[in-house]
Amino acid sequence: MSATQAAETALSTRGVRVSYGHVQALRGVDFDCRPGEVTALIGDNGAGKSTLVKVLSGALAPDAGEVFVAGRPFHATAPTDAQAAGIETVWQDLALAPDLGPVENMFLGREVRRRGVLGALGFLDNKAMAAVALDEFAQLGVRVDARRGSVSEMSGGQRQGVAVARAVSWARNVVILDEPTAALGVVQTKGVLDMVRRVADRGLAVVLITHNMSDVLSVSDRIEVLRLGERVASYARADASLETLVAAMTGGTATPATTPDRNEGAE
Amino acid sequence: MTRTAPSSTTDLPPLTAPRGTPMDRVTRHPLFVVSSALIGLVVMFTIVNGWTFLSTPNIRNMALAGSIMLILAVGVTYVIITAGFDLSVGSVLVFSGVVSMIVMRGLGGEGWGTALVGLLVAVVCGCVLGYVNGFLVAYADLNPIIVTLGMFGAALGLAQVATGGQDLSGIPTVMAQFGLGRLVEVPWVVIIAAAVAVVAGVALHYTAFGRHTFAIGSNKEAAVRAGIPVRRHLASIYAISGLLAGLAGWLSLSVYGTTNIAGHSLDALNAATAAILGGASLFGGVGTIAGTVIGNAIPIVLANGLVIAGLQSFWQQVVTGVVLVVALYLDRLRRLRSSRRSGKNSAA
Repeated sequence: MSATQAAETALSTRGVRVSYGHVQALRGVDFDCRPGEVTALIGDNGAGKSTLVKVLSGALAPDAGEVFVAGRPFHATAPTDAQAAGIETVWQDLALAPDLGPVENMFLGREVRRRGVLGALGFLDNKAMAAVALDEFAQLGVRVDARRGSVSEMSGGQRQGVAVARAVSWARNVVILDEPTAALGVVQTKGVLDMVRRVADRGLAVVLITHNMSDVLSVSDRIEVLRLGERVASYARADASLETLVAAMTGGTATPATTPDRNEGAE
Repeated sequence: MTRTAPSSTTDLPPLTAPRGTPMDRVTRHPLFVVSSALIGLVVMFTIVNGWTFLSTPNIRNMALAGSIMLILAVGVTYVIITAGFDLSVGSVLVFSGVVSMIVMRGLGGEGWGTALVGLLVAVVCGCVLGYVNGFLVAYADLNPIIVTLGMFGAALGLAQVATGGQDLSGIPTVMAQFGLGRLVEVPWVVIIAAAVAVVAGVALHYTAFGRHTFAIGSNKEAAVRAGIPVRRHLASIYAISGLLAGLAGWLSLSVYGTTNIAGHSLDALNAATAAILGGASLFGGVGTIAGTVIGNAIPIVLANGLVIAGLQSFWQQVVTGVVLVVALYLDRLRRLRSSRRSGKNSAA
């Protein structure tokens, strides 16, 4: 069936269904994202975005349907399965350890050990980790003092930068960003969106989940719209406008009076 | 220290203001307050009590008094860094000591064979009870205070059941000699406690095991998502705390020659006091072994100095309590200051 279509995508789903008791969160969702592209996933509250993100990131196994990574079927049973498949997720709550520094967070759970006997005893190679992290921060334009201070002393934008840098440096196929700008100011939002673009330019597939229509229109290549647990529309950036997106999300014709770019931190 | 950044980052504006003079660096060090307090106490008691206080025998007494407590405090520091708590270490110490004593008396003999079997028994007992704590905290998701409060009562009760409430004595001769023995001027018990602290400190600050310990205490969910085996790690931390309590139990037997069942009810609180004085946060994610070593020394120095000065030793508990609260308050002030600083940075 859609195996050929799935083959060119980095991450895709076919007919994914998820139910929570009587509530059908996803009713047969098809989703695709491609290497080198930013694919925005949008939808109103309750459309199923969060559930789909969990499926895409391997945190939730669908009741029915299939997930493909680079065209091959993917069945996650543990949080680390997605990592092994080259998929990294930046969750809305960032999942950083606030008392650790940016370098330590970047290598959390994947620490570089020293060579030889010391490494076998679990001794860490902090220099090597700092070098890699500094390079990654510089490339992504994350401005942090990487050698000092804990993440708890950083601004929201810097934390987001650290979380994105961590995901990017480990992802081989896909980076999923769940509401990366929800808690940020104007300048920091622009910084994160620039970073998102750079990540896609490296050839990774980026999935961007957001409520913010101006973010979507400024950075994405493709836009997938969810409504009531189904994909109701799929646009190339050039074909989308605020009105068409809002219409697709709400299932009605767009009324220009509504302001769609609400910026809600939590769902 | 201040390595130059790679050229790619040098064009970025510095995020944090220059950290000021070397003096500022000293005063902002996390251990500044507690170290100053310790030095202040030592200076004060030297002035009040004269050089008796700094005499070799007196320093040795203080080191000996602090050693067994330090071993407990090291384990408790690990637990507190994971955002946990261990109220049971004193009872685990007693239980391990009692079982060890019963086994050694059963074996008979005055040589190292019996003593080492006793050591093994004490350490295994402590490790098993600690693992029970850890299993309940990590896998059954129970509150660590409640779990270890239960263990505090249960382990002490078991020790009393096993002995009928009467203290046991009768350790092998070599073990008693070891308890009183010294290498040059330093008691063996002090050397062992120092070795435990060094190994624990190195493991905490330089290995993946230590890094994961901080990560779990700082943000457990983040640690889970990062693929760290959080439950297994947590269980092993409590097991280590218990193991160290078992070791302390055997050392206590070797020094005092008796199980001293009733004498350890406050050990866990004293160990926690040492860790917290040393900068460990009850919220987890923060703490150092060096801090715990200094924090552990403060009540010891107080008790010793007050006794030499002719005051009742009970004053030690009063002063320790006051010092604990003052240290927490000063630490809070320091953290407030540093978060204001970073607040300014992020707004800029």
